[in-house]
Amino acid sequence: MKVSLGPLLYCWPKEKVSEFYQAVAQSQIPLVYLGETICSRRRELKFSDYMDLAHMLKASGKEVVISTLALLEAPSEYTELKKQVENGEFIIEANDMGAVQAAKELKLPFVCGPTVNNYNLASLKKLHSWGMQRFVMPVELSKNWLTQVLSEEKTAFEIEVFGHGFLPLALSARCFTARHKGLSKDKCQTICIQNPQGLLASTQESQPLLRLNGIQTQSAACIDLSPEIDDMRKMGVDYFRVSPSSFDSIALANNLLEQRTNLILSDAASCNGYWHQEAGFNKV
Amino acid sequence: MELLCPAGNLASLKTALNAGADAVYLGLKNDTNARSFAGLNFTPKKLQEAAEYTKKQGKKIFLTINTFPQAGEEKRWYEAVDIAANTGVDALIVADLSMLDYAHTHYPHLPLHLSVQASATNLGALKLYKEEFNIERAVLPRVLSMKQVRDLAKVTPVDLEVFAFGSLCIMAEGRCHLSSYVTGQSPNTGGSCSPAKHVRWQEQGSDRLTRLNEVLIDKSGINEQMGYPVVCKGRYTTQDSKDPTHLLESPTSLNTLSLLPELAKANVVSLKIEGRQRSPAYVEQVTKVWRNAIDTYLRDPQNYQTQAEWDRALSKVSEGQTTTLGAYERTWQ
Repeated sequence: MKVSLGPLLYCWPKEKVSEFYQAVAQSQIPLVYLGETICSRRRELKFSDYMDLAHMLKASGKEVVISTLALLEAPSEYTELKKQVENGEFIIEANDMGAVQAAKELKLPFVCGPTVNNYNLASLKKLHSWGMQRFVMPVELSKNWLTQVLSEEKTAFEIEVFGHGFLPLALSARCFTARHKGLSKDKCQTICIQNPQGLLASTQESQPLLRLNGIQTQSAACIDLSPEIDDMRKMGVDYFRVSPSSFDSIALANNLLEQRTNLILSDAASCNGYWHQEAGFNKV
Repeated sequence: MELLCPAGNLASLKTALNAGADAVYLGLKNDTNARSFAGLNFTPKKLQEAAEYTKKQGKKIFLTINTFPQAGEEKRWYEAVDIAANTGVDALIVADLSMLDYAHTHYPHLPLHLSVQASATNLGALKLYKEEFNIERAVLPRVLSMKQVRDLAKVTPVDLEVFAFGSLCIMAEGRCHLSSYVTGQSPNTGGSCSPAKHVRWQEQGSDRLTRLNEVLIDKSGINEQMGYPVVCKGRYTTQDSKDPTHLLESPTSLNTLSLLPELAKANVVSLKIEGRQRSPAYVEQVTKVWRNAIDTYLRDPQNYQTQAEWDRALSKVSEGQTTTLGAYERTWQ
């Protein structure tokens, strides 16, 4: 089984993003997803900057996929999305049905990201008929679910599992980070740049619960399915996705590729409940 | 402009129609719809009765089959579509691709409405569902600003329905895993948000603790007005502030009475009232106010104004007795 690096979900300064992907280029990671998937107000990197990074990664032997925005609201966001789809070189990760349509219209292949609702084989086959090459399993689904899907028939598309990182749990129109800092969304000063791993939120009993990342809500705990890799391989999973939250994610992906288990974990608690058909935050 | 009201059971359905609803929406008594609470919803027999009653009144009835069948379970969902088609409902409200495909293939004349759970917020998504499944209408998630609704309405290939009143869901519907992250049950696959069996209230001195699957969602005064406990409306601390606050949203309901003229001008065809899980008394109160408001607007669009008594009546049935325009208003975002 191969390892992929998911799109960077946080807002980092442009120099840090460039440095990060330079390091990725030096790594063994074969598949890299790239692009702003959370908020169109984050303008540290423009479309052309992402394309430059994509070319650099491609030149270093990586397969590159351009990831699209997960929640499209304004007409300008849809226009930007079409630009991404029409880049002429790289396939896209569709994180919304609007992106599926944009790729389908041009008869271009695409990957379905984890925020597209895929809950059964018939839906996946429909998407495949429209050009889906691979899909990332929605994070709330389990090993049993995947086993069931795979038992129905041999799938003509690849399967990727969100295996390590902070879970994408929800999307809203409201920017929680701006609101927390007393700013309006329209004058947000891209304040989310101050929280390179999101802003940790805990219950009144000090239990870390959520992570605010602009309009996105993530899990406080880090999903870690690395002990399941052997099982996944036997099942026929094609890619294990590492969702990056720091430069350590690159080392972690490298370790997985070399089948080393001494993973560098963040200091956040880990979880794997969803994989075992339990509450997502559980650790089984 | 259609006034579309919720019917958790036959009593609510009759109440809604008598109070002035143009149409009602409801679900079967199982997990094929996203409000599968115990004691709610309709058996096939009751659905038949409901459809006949609604038709006799000259009104419309829509059936929600808006959860996502999981691998290996599709059959029950397909059966729900068959039941609906044979009952003569006026439209199906559907979210899942496989279900849209099944319904469109087997019952091409049965109108399809795209459920809010499908989370279609943009032209591309609406085009896809129109081209592939010939949907007639889409219910918009509660994440667009009024301007964004207006912009989308200008180019949409299908009719638009919006949420006008009810519990405020602040996340893009159909793509929120907060409930399953904490309880293990997903609204998308037939549970509901914050299933009641996971909710526990606990008194501690002058405080009331609200727990969801033992996670402390909120701590409030015994006499404080509280909404139904959901993760997004809890009070939490952050790494930079130890003061517990409603980081995401406080318990409040959506109320768009003041936006009625704008929604009408944007050609929104249907105003949806949320709350199939609420009582017939709620349905009656809300339907009456909205019927009155729509009629007042239609009689004299230029001079329409929200009336204080309408807002007062709606506040009484709102979460935390407060209301908001939610994402329709840019400042909320």
